[in-house]
Amino acid sequence: MALIAMVCAGMAIASAASPDAASLADGCTSCHGLNGRSLGRIPSIAGADKARLVAQLKAFRAQAADATIMNRLARSYNDAEIDALADYFSSVSKP
Amino acid sequence: MSRCTRRTFLAAAAVMPLAAATSIAASSAARIVIVGGGFGGASMARYLRRHDSNVSITLVERERLFVSCPFSNGVLGGLWPLSKLTFDYKKVAAAGIKVVHDSATAIDPVTRRVTLATGAKLDYDYLVLSPGVQFVWNGVQGYDQSASQLMPHAWQAGPQTTLLRKQLEAMPDGGLVVIAVPPTPFRCPPGPYERACLIAYYLKHRKPRSKLLILDSNDSFSKQKLFMEAWARLYPGMVEWVPGSQSGKVMSVNPATLTVSTGFDDHNAAVANIIPPQRAGEIAIAAGLDQGHGFCAVDPATFESKVQKRIYVLGDAAIAGDMPKSGFAANCQAKACGAAILADIAGRTLASPKLVNTCYSIAQPGYGFSIADVFEIRNDAISLTFQDDRTTRLKAPDDVLKREAAYAESWYENITADMFA
Repeated sequence: MALIAMVCAGMAIASAASPDAASLADGCTSCHGLNGRSLGRIPSIAGADKARLVAQLKAFRAQAADATIMNRLARSYNDAEIDALADYFSSVSKP
Repeated sequence: MSRCTRRTFLAAAAVMPLAAATSIAASSAARIVIVGGGFGGASMARYLRRHDSNVSITLVERERLFVSCPFSNGVLGGLWPLSKLTFDYKKVAAAGIKVVHDSATAIDPVTRRVTLATGAKLDYDYLVLSPGVQFVWNGVQGYDQSASQLMPHAWQAGPQTTLLRKQLEAMPDGGLVVIAVPPTPFRCPPGPYERACLIAYYLKHRKPRSKLLILDSNDSFSKQKLFMEAWARLYPGMVEWVPGSQSGKVMSVNPATLTVSTGFDDHNAAVANIIPPQRAGEIAIAAGLDQGHGFCAVDPATFESKVQKRIYVLGDAAIAGDMPKSGFAANCQAKACGAAILADIAGRTLASPKLVNTCYSIAQPGYGFSIADVFEIRNDAISLTFQDDRTTRLKAPDDVLKREAAYAESWYENITADMFA
């Protein structure tokens, strides 16, 4: 049951967001967990508020956040990509 | 399974490619065969099933249990047991993936058929190879498979990791541990130096008069300044690194006496960890996909082999431009390659992917640092988007080092759950 629910959730996300967002998000989930639901100390980003995600990613990019690897990674994403990623993860249900 | 004469076999071979092409166009049940169930292959199988419930997915993996190389240096340092790094394929099979515990021995790219060691044959529309690395035995003179029982490589996690740990436990205080590093490219570029940290961690607490010598074939290495800072801070006087240009390259070994020889010096070790030179897993070499170079050239966006259409090569076996040979990279490549295959089946085109890699290293419990990169495709190669500020800063506050160590553990939990949970 849990498995079916998970697969369905995954499909719903894929259809809700643009393909570019899904493909960009694939780079995030290796750390943040499948669909952005993290198991440990790395924050879950599934279902986070979109505006907050955008603000946070832009703060990382501006080297203005007290972060570790995100200040380095966020440099490689433009405004449109940040918006697409925030849109994608905010539309996933919370863990 | 019916027997056929050579003539009918060849006739069938001539007809097959057309038949295969039309069958994919006509039906959505494309047959995808994946060889290798590690970070590349297991991630690929799960990604495909999560995004497509129709395709037929077969995962061929020799072993029934997967033991991950990432985090295996922690076993050597006594931080956690090997069982923490051991996974089975039950959930992979339960997700609707056919798991076959066998070895691929031959590929016929014309008939699109893989032959397994048991003689079974698998027909494919898309073949994904993620076979990891194999060792070049006698690349260091005298270092062959039997020598590895006395001088473990522990570069494929499992019994070799346990053997090296036991040797460390058995060695006397005051002994010399040697780590021999092969020429690049090899699996996990920061791995030997993290290993030095965690073996030194064990020695510092249990055998503090001992020394650790890294004999390196190379003159520089990943996160070098951070590792050197950690050695000076945590293990002063214990760890010594000898670069290739200063006689660091190991030329030969004598397993009977545990002697490790460079061109100029002989070192008598209490424990000798010889990491041999590496090349792509045997099935990729046997299929000629490495063109004699040892690793396989691929399209940077799709990971399709540059030698054979419909065969994709992922992870350590591939030449992936600026991306390192890491479990993280293989996982990320699997998603990009999986998306490319599903797009091909659907007749869609994809924008070129953004790929990510992060490699954490642990210098002692609660002391971690990282290199973190995003890659884009430029000039037909996977290229770093930024060349500078890629790592944790030197002289980072304890709080940062502690957070990075915690994130490393969380990353490991998440990525292995992606594959095996």
